[in-house]
Amino acid sequence: MENVQCQCGHTNPPGTKLCESCGRSLTEKDQNSKLVDMRYEGTARRSQTYNKSIIDKIWNFFSSVKVGVSIIVILLVAAAIGTILPQQAFVPASTEATIQAYYADTYGSVGRVYHALGFHDLYSSFWFIALVGMLAISLVIASLDRFVPLYKSLKNQRVLRHPSFMDKQRIYGSGPGAEDTLEKAETKLKELKYNVRTDKNGLLAEKGRFSRWGPYVNHIGLIIFLFGVMLRMIPGFYIDESLWLREGETRAIPEVPGYYLENKNFKLETYTGEGEDARFEEAIDRVGTVVKNYQTDIVLYQEPEDSLPGATDNLEVIQEYPIRVNQPLKFDGYAVYQMDYKLNELKAMTFALTNKETEESLGELTIDLINPVDTYELEGGSTVELLGYYPDFSGFEDGEPQTATPLPNNPGFLVELTTPETPAGETSFITIQNTVEPLGENQFKLTFQNADTRNVSGLTVRKDSTLPILGIGGLIFMIGVAQGMYFNHRRFWIQQKADGTILLAGHTNKNWFGLKKDLDRVVDSAKLPAYTDQQDEIDKAEKAEKEGEVSS
Amino acid sequence: MTLIEISSNLLYLAFFAYLIATFVFGGAVKGNKKGSFNSEQRWGKVAITITVIGFLANIGYFFTRWIVSGHAPLSNMFEFTTAFGMTLVGGFIILYYLYKTPVLGMVVLPVALLIIAYASMFPSEVSPLIPALQTNWLAIHVSTVVIAEGILAMSAAAGLIYLLKVVDLSKKSKQRFWLEGILYFLVLVVGFVISSSYFTLTNYENTFQYVNKDDQEATIIYNMPPIFGMNESVSLTENAMTPLVETPALVDASKLTTVTWSLLIGTILYVLIRLITRRRIAQLIQPLMKNVNLQLMDEINYRAVIIGFPLFTLGALVFAMIWAQITWSRFWGWDPKEVWALVTWLFYAAYLHLRLGKGWQGEKSAWLGVIGFAIIMFNLIVVNLIIAGLHSYA
Repeated sequence: MENVQCQCGHTNPPGTKLCESCGRSLTEKDQNSKLVDMRYEGTARRSQTYNKSIIDKIWNFFSSVKVGVSIIVILLVAAAIGTILPQQAFVPASTEATIQAYYADTYGSVGRVYHALGFHDLYSSFWFIALVGMLAISLVIASLDRFVPLYKSLKNQRVLRHPSFMDKQRIYGSGPGAEDTLEKAETKLKELKYNVRTDKNGLLAEKGRFSRWGPYVNHIGLIIFLFGVMLRMIPGFYIDESLWLREGETRAIPEVPGYYLENKNFKLETYTGEGEDARFEEAIDRVGTVVKNYQTDIVLYQEPEDSLPGATDNLEVIQEYPIRVNQPLKFDGYAVYQMDYKLNELKAMTFALTNKETEESLGELTIDLINPVDTYELEGGSTVELLGYYPDFSGFEDGEPQTATPLPNNPGFLVELTTPETPAGETSFITIQNTVEPLGENQFKLTFQNADTRNVSGLTVRKDSTLPILGIGGLIFMIGVAQGMYFNHRRFWIQQKADGTILLAGHTNKNWFGLKKDLDRVVDSAKLPAYTDQQDEIDKAEKAEKEGEVSS
Repeated sequence: MTLIEISSNLLYLAFFAYLIATFVFGGAVKGNKKGSFNSEQRWGKVAITITVIGFLANIGYFFTRWIVSGHAPLSNMFEFTTAFGMTLVGGFIILYYLYKTPVLGMVVLPVALLIIAYASMFPSEVSPLIPALQTNWLAIHVSTVVIAEGILAMSAAAGLIYLLKVVDLSKKSKQRFWLEGILYFLVLVVGFVISSSYFTLTNYENTFQYVNKDDQEATIIYNMPPIFGMNESVSLTENAMTPLVETPALVDASKLTTVTWSLLIGTILYVLIRLITRRRIAQLIQPLMKNVNLQLMDEINYRAVIIGFPLFTLGALVFAMIWAQITWSRFWGWDPKEVWALVTWLFYAAYLHLRLGKGWQGEKSAWLGVIGFAIIMFNLIVVNLIIAGLHSYA
């Protein structure tokens, strides 16, 4: 394509609609229209000019508003579909097969189809992420396609425009003027906080040009936000670990080298409906109990720098803190949150070794359910040997006891009982309220005495270094939105011809009412000729034409 | 009278003020017999005065309740929905003083009435806050959202007025169908309010034992006669109606029953209106739109979005993310309520691009404004009550 030469002598890049220098219409269509199309100042946008190579086609695709809006609408519909059934993260199943079975069992054929289409993990599916990526590309390309030419054009604006540019503006007026009209107009416009530039016999007054950058600024904000979200895929930026901590236990914090956490106490408080809470009595009566507080009192330790890795004997106390919901523990860029709990987990069980017939006790033993020892020596020469420990006994498989999890939910013990009376030893398998004697009838048994319990706190350890980037992105977005929406770009061109005639034109990107209010004040004080809103004239003419059709 | 009684009486006062004001606004925009509108502004003034009195009472309700409960009354369905009704009226009052538009009152006030009536179908006693809600972010996040939604609703109200004036009701068209559909939906809400108030006033109660979807036995109290029964349900109340249809465990038959009663009563009401007046509801309202300035309605539609959208972004996304980061350790978790906030935001983003980039003004813009309100209502009703998630209040 070739450059476009204007009558005024200026050479414009291909695709330009209004001469960059004088403002004359360069295409036949524009020359014949009553009003000039001022969007993007009649500059050459790449997407409207080239359509040959594959790159042109891709550029044009993504710079289209129609395509951008379509992507937004597809994303919106897809996001909504993902809420019809719960996403897999909220489903009580963890493996691929059990998840699939859960959807089929709970939601029938709807669930089966939903799962088969991949909607159970919609937001991390390839196509959903690809759509967000396309939206990001569209944001960049559509913005560049408009911003670059618009910026150049507004930066190089000439004061004097050709009369054919002026009389095709929506706000236009012409008429006789006095010698000092231009000067008076300039003074008044400056008073109204316009930037005024003069050149020979004309002036250009401009206000709020920065509002034109609003859309591009808010798009930059969104891009920064999306970039921040992407960064968390890079190791080191983002940590999300969970930590179950029993009361009294000290553990290394996962993924946080050198730090340890001790759970001193976990408590769960509910509203009582008395005293301070009396005002809530009715609500509490209706729903039962309402939780008031989840709290883990912790001690945070750090390994001294010179200690051996994993050595826990000389930890330094960093701080003591009650972690509560909404009040995470924060240190060194990490945060630890109160997320879950388990009350009354079994800690230890105490048994008595008794003679089955006489019920006489030969002594007691306590088994620690987290770290049990193998042999228990009782006074009087009896021994209990722990041959096998199954913390979460789930049944036998091929005659072998099995455990479902390593947590002491349903402990099972395979023990050998040796007493002075039975030196050869007797084997017994004990679970809660049940004893099996696999190798024949025994003389002695372990009788359950009592159990110790404690609470377990479920904590989440988090580090998210992308947060400041997301914050900056959000802030820039909000600034851009305000900049573009709450400010207007207003311009007036005024010229005085040699015979004293004043030409007057005005343009704004929005809020024409405000523009006219400004202009009225200038017209008043500088005695400018009356102006008309040519768009209103066109609308009125169209309306009259329509009504004419109806009545005839 | 205790403070909490004063609070709920103030809400009643607001409700009746809005009710009276609706009719006065209706009278104002109707015009006189000669077909002129000389007295529109005078009656408008009377109506807006009543509205403002109601609004002051409404604000009084809000802050007295805040004092009693010790937290911003935005923590459950009753409180949030009532607040939404209040911001709706607040938005209208601002617009009235800017543009002197009585017709807007005639549309906004009945919708606000319906919303407050809907809210009062939920348990309204002062309830304590669960740990996740015990923070100032409750007041900051929720109040910003509810104000933003009140403003965005103004866009829908102006859009609806625009449509009521321009849609040709004498010819069959998609526009006529959907416009009547919107009004039919409003009648269904009336159906919900009537049926639940009736069964509440007559103290209907029927307790059932049933088997839930995890194969556990549970009990449930029906406050409406059971059209649909829960899975394998057995009535524990003597001499009570047995369900007409039993449903599988997946379906919450109790909610389905409520929806069915509302549909039933609402539809009967709608059919009665049609039979008695021999007109569509839109046709009944259209004569009141004679004096509407379409350009002004289009302007309000757009203005409401450019103020509501940034506020919604701030409240429903920015503040929401900050709070979620503090409470749930992540700023975003694709919880249904979060997703629907995003859906709403994307919708209004599309609205703005279509209006500013594609020149969708006037009728197209009006439809978009109404759809936006539909999404907000969907988020309020369906997402809270049917799609369970972290935000399920009721």
